[in-house]
Amino acid sequence: MSGENVLSQSFEIIGGNFGRAGKASTTVKDILKELGIDPSIIRRTAIATYEAEMNVVMYAEKGEMTLRVTPEMVHLHLQDQGPGIPDIKLAMKEGYSTATPEMREMGFGAGMGLPNIKKNSDLFEISSEVGKGTRLEIFIYLNPKVKANP
Amino acid sequence: MKLREIQRLLQAEVVWGTEALLETNIECACSADLMSDVLAFGQPGQLLLTGLSNAQSVRTADILEAKAIVYVRGKWPDEEGLELAMVKGIPVLSTKRMMYEACGILYTHGLQGILVSDTIKKE
Repeated sequence: MSGENVLSQSFEIIGGNFGRAGKASTTVKDILKELGIDPSIIRRTAIATYEAEMNVVMYAEKGEMTLRVTPEMVHLHLQDQGPGIPDIKLAMKEGYSTATPEMREMGFGAGMGLPNIKKNSDLFEISSEVGKGTRLEIFIYLNPKVKANP
Repeated sequence: MKLREIQRLLQAEVVWGTEALLETNIECACSADLMSDVLAFGQPGQLLLTGLSNAQSVRTADILEAKAIVYVRGKWPDEEGLELAMVKGIPVLSTKRMMYEACGILYTHGLQGILVSDTIKKE
């Protein structure tokens, strides 16, 4: 069964739509629950997904998130169309934030998002092009002792 | 500490929650208005105390597997948040107490904070 996809599903995320913000993450969590994934893996995935989704809602015009679950791992791929991140190293620093007062009123923008995504991932990759968008790859292994090749 | 006891101590109103949910045992609590911080430091099974009344507070509680939410300063969840709490089965209370006071009351009655990091323990 190794290498076979168990499930793959994509979600559209609309920038600035705070009313819908977080719905994709809730759906991801529900899917993982239905698959009987370990609760600690679900929790880490849900937190990473929610932070990533909120980043798209807050900063980008739109984005797409694809969830892929294999027997070895949960993989989330996010690609947004937005302003991009000029200095990724700085953006990964806890507490660094470019959030507006409106974003903070929503309860976000504490500069914890990207570091928290990394903390909850086994493998985290980020790349960005200013003026075009940002791409995230989040890998969470179902068996932490077996680090499969993504 | 039972959620019902938390309701009594904070003289809180039950915004939503069944009798069975009010019997839920709460072992720790975390308070914040910034959901980013709750997501970074929160623990599953905790009580969330917050003054942030939009739907993101409920969504954060759901993502974190928090057992209940207490809104402080007399806040109530917005319509979308309340609907989400009902769908997800997360009981919601509202107290007129300020955040500091609400936390102080619960702490002095034995409700612990979320687990602190090893660094803080060593200090």
